[in-house]
Amino acid sequence: MTHVYNVKPLQVGRHYEIDSIHSYGEVSDFFLGLQQRKIMATRCTKCGATWLPPRRDCGKCGAKTDWFEAPQEGTVHTFSVLHFAAEAFLKEIPFVLAYVALPGIDTVFITRIKECRPEDVYIGMPVRARFRRLVDWTPNDVWFVPA
Amino acid sequence: MRQVCIVSGGMTKFAKANLNTQESMCKDALDYALHDLDGRLELKQIDSSICSYFSDHFESQLLFDSLTQDYLALCPKPSMRIEGGGATGGLGIRAGYMNVASGLSDLCLVYGFEKMSEVNTAKGNEFIALASDTDFDYPVGGYYSGYYATMAMRHMHEFGTTLEQFAEIAVKNYENAFHNRWAQKHERWTAEGVLKAKLISTPLTLPMVCVMSDGAACLVLCTEEWAKKLRPDRKYAVLTGLGCGTDTMRLGDRPHGDVIPLPGENPTKYAHLKGRWPGLHSFRGAREAARQAYLMAGITDPLRQLDFAEVHDAYASSELQTYEDLGLCMYGDGGKWVEQKGPYIGGQVPVNPSGGLIACGHPVGATGIMQGVFALWQLQNTTADHCSDTNLGSDGSKIQVEGARRGLIHSHAGTGTYITVNILETPDGGAK
Repeated sequence: MTHVYNVKPLQVGRHYEIDSIHSYGEVSDFFLGLQQRKIMATRCTKCGATWLPPRRDCGKCGAKTDWFEAPQEGTVHTFSVLHFAAEAFLKEIPFVLAYVALPGIDTVFITRIKECRPEDVYIGMPVRARFRRLVDWTPNDVWFVPA
Repeated sequence: MRQVCIVSGGMTKFAKANLNTQESMCKDALDYALHDLDGRLELKQIDSSICSYFSDHFESQLLFDSLTQDYLALCPKPSMRIEGGGATGGLGIRAGYMNVASGLSDLCLVYGFEKMSEVNTAKGNEFIALASDTDFDYPVGGYYSGYYATMAMRHMHEFGTTLEQFAEIAVKNYENAFHNRWAQKHERWTAEGVLKAKLISTPLTLPMVCVMSDGAACLVLCTEEWAKKLRPDRKYAVLTGLGCGTDTMRLGDRPHGDVIPLPGENPTKYAHLKGRWPGLHSFRGAREAARQAYLMAGITDPLRQLDFAEVHDAYASSELQTYEDLGLCMYGDGGKWVEQKGPYIGGQVPVNPSGGLIACGHPVGATGIMQGVFALWQLQNTTADHCSDTNLGSDGSKIQVEGARRGLIHSHAGTGTYITVNILETPDGGAK
């Protein structure tokens, strides 16, 4: 039944929901790797640029890339403690959203910092990866904790 | 290419909720623009349009541009929707310029809108977060206030920028908007109050973040010949410089390289930033857009050659970052420039005399066009006429930049993924 919120102007409730079958395509090995507690990145065969999240085609020169395993220890490049979020994540606030720098990786990797008080996180903090046992095939299958 | 002029603009008062339909909001903005030309322009003389709106999710209507084109009685004339996230409006102006400069059109209506009030704020943030990478960034809880907060944190780390400096930018913009009747917020803040307000995402508090908004705005772009006919008093603006830059969708993929110099700059002035730029603290797309626009408009000394700027301050922190990208101060000196009152009315280059997005609101597709409307009124010296409201206590003369002859508008998407910089001048040319 339609919910009426106001009469003039007439405001009514509308429902909108979608389920889809999404393909991770050429970066599937990243998600499959998390299940084996590996962080899989790619390296350009021509210019050597490294990508995490991975790219099949180099974002600098356009050449093809090869897969390699990224290190699992690094440092916090920058972060924020989120006290508000998109609706789907509201129940999880406050949480720490961070970009982690890993040795030999040119990009910085977006992830959560867990298992510490949010106020104890700082730029430069050493961190290491942890993995979900029962994967849900999202980037949440990996997160970082103080090293 | 033909010269492209802006002769009139209009908008609706940006509001948390405007219960009129999107198409009627667009009509209200258009009526304002036509009314301001005192009957010299008839609707039927407009020969093309550009429609700019951001989100099919917010509007829950695909092909909304056909609905508005129809409602504005512009069928069967040529039209096209432009969408580029937060830069949708700025890109719309660019598309309108292409229409007129190329000779495809003599009189092009560039209009935009967004209605964000039909969902709650957290759901709205979710919709906007879908404009970040949905495989890697959004699923870990990423959303825009979070991304910008990480950039603000890195800027503070790199350059020693302070929370107080961010807060002062918000205070400035609320103060300006107080004298702009079109602004959604008429509030006065102190830096202390801003810093004590509800935390959204460290270090950003609620008043440092722009709000969801409903609204529409439009500009009438035309040839020089039409401009002289429609504004016999020569109170029109000329688009003399256009720039558009882009950057990687994922903020974490940004390079750490060398600064792009602006026209006339010696790259050695950035030697100390070698291998550090843009990183997560600066906007490469904004720098590139400014470079193109300055080159086209002949700007080699923005501090001297710009009278004001309307920049995309979705966050107080991103306004500060943008000062540096636009060359209004050195990279790292954004905070100092605030303390020196550079971006204040009466300062070196007043930034957001309108109040910007933080106080005016950010109905995405309308925002970049709103900047053009305010810039036109600055160049016409008409902010007192357009922006005053005695009931609100708004005195539009207080936000008029005296003798404004050249201004910059800056429209910005994503974490800097699309950025436009457009330069507007009086027909007699710029320079202070």
